[in-house]
Amino acid sequence: MTAGDWRGLVEGIPSLLGGLGINLQILLGLIALGFFAGIVVALIQVYAPRPLAAVAIGYEWFFRGVPEMVLLMLVYFGLRQFHVPISPFIAAVIALGLRSSAYQSQIFRGAIQAVGSNQMMAALSVGMTRFQAIRHVILPQALRLSIPPWSNEFSSVLKDTTLTSAIGVIEVFKRARFIMGRNYALALPTFMVVALFFLALTYLGNWGLGALERRYRIPGLEAKGAGERF
Amino acid sequence: MSLLVVEDLHKRYGKEEVLRGVSFTLEPGETKVIIGPSGTGKSTLLRCINRLTEPDRGRIWLNGEEITSPRVNIYRIRAQIGFVFQDFNLFTHLTALDNVRLGLIRVKRMPKREATERALRELARVGLADKANAYPAQLSGGQQQRVSIARALAMDPKLILFDEPTSALDPELIGEVLEVMIELAKGGMTMLVVTHEMGFARSVADEIIFMEKGVIVEQGPPEAIFTRPKVPRTAEFLRKITEFYGEQG
Ligand SMILES: Nc1ncnc2c1ncn2[C@@H]1O[C@H](COP(=O)(O)OP(=O)(O)OP(=O)(O)O)[C@@H](O)[C@H]1O
Ligand SMILES: [Mg+2]
Repeated sequence: MTAGDWRGLVEGIPSLLGGLGINLQILLGLIALGFFAGIVVALIQVYAPRPLAAVAIGYEWFFRGVPEMVLLMLVYFGLRQFHVPISPFIAAVIALGLRSSAYQSQIFRGAIQAVGSNQMMAALSVGMTRFQAIRHVILPQALRLSIPPWSNEFSSVLKDTTLTSAIGVIEVFKRARFIMGRNYALALPTFMVVALFFLALTYLGNWGLGALERRYRIPGLEAKGAGERF
Repeated sequence: MSLLVVEDLHKRYGKEEVLRGVSFTLEPGETKVIIGPSGTGKSTLLRCINRLTEPDRGRIWLNGEEITSPRVNIYRIRAQIGFVFQDFNLFTHLTALDNVRLGLIRVKRMPKREATERALRELARVGLADKANAYPAQLSGGQQQRVSIARALAMDPKLILFDEPTSALDPELIGEVLEVMIELAKGGMTMLVVTHEMGFARSVADEIIFMEKGVIVEQGPPEAIFTRPKVPRTAEFLRKITEFYGEQG
């Protein structure tokens, strides 16, 4: 690389970081949407009457089966077709968020089932409603069990945010391609920087989730190791 | 007036009729023990009484109120009926104190301080004041079962249902749980107990109910049931169970 190439790379970094900020915003949005929708879908699958549970299973099947790129297109161009003025950013959050909700619902469903029906029965026996039992007994335990598998989902959707460039979100991947387009010699170093960004974020995220898991570990159950209970 | 009246209870799981017309009453302060072979519907009967399982047919009254009526608020009823499970079923993520306190705070809407005081008193009553901050996984089976009894007691139940409360315990831990139950019975608590502990049945029960294949075969005071059962099946069952579990009392 020439001195000029090096300068080009360094000058490109603020733009890349700005792009990464957008990936992080999408990540936050899609994870939050996926988390809350995922819990609702899982609760419906486990506790709702048959027909409703079947709908939730169909929902999961659909959003896990369709490729994420196709989902992005469906949401973005689909809504545009019906003259809904949706930004690429919002479309990205919705498409990836719904997809993640399907994967997260699978995690939460497994965890709720692992908590077991005896806990629900004990909660009902002291006079709690189903809703109270879910809120105070089932979910606090299920969420703890969910942390290890959830960190896989986190790493996975973190990387998926780069796909949103396909519907025009100017995130880090798109910006890296701009830089490459201007000076082809920068292609390799630029994408190496992008790769490093994601490695760092994955590391940070998993470190944070590990800390969360330790923070909420139930005393007396350490021996089993929360990760192995799945 | 009887505290609990169970009339012609039926329950079917698929093709299997698990309860086939069970009727009995329970007077205030009375302890009745239900015995009978495995798969006879004893657990199903207890779960029907607080409607954790819905009976198919039959009626139940608690203190004169029909609790099988579709209009009844079942949550209010369940709060008045304690349930002690074979596997304790303590809330795994909560300390002993929080296990006992949760129902007080969420169901009875008791202020936190008052609930804490009450919960600590119940833990003391079962001899576990010093374990208030322990989690279930840090307690022995006997201690867990005593916490679960405290959890039931805290709600001020009119009646406590025990479903084989000592069956999951190591033999050396059974005594501490039975002691608590004996104290409760002496203190005038109304109790319906499914158990294989014949010593307990003999010395504590006011009446024994022998159930088999979804019906009550025979019931009466322990002396009568143990020494001169009217039905041959009762005698046969008692002989088997004493062979298996020993006399213990
Ligand atoms: N939720 C259920 N679904 C289907 N069948 C059930 C269910 N609960 C109980 N049964 C069946 O009903 C019958 C009676 O069960 P129950 O647990 O009431 O017996 P039990 O007298 O308590 O036996 P044990 O002494 O083994 O506890 C059994 O054959 C059991 O398989
Ligand atoms: Mg049983």
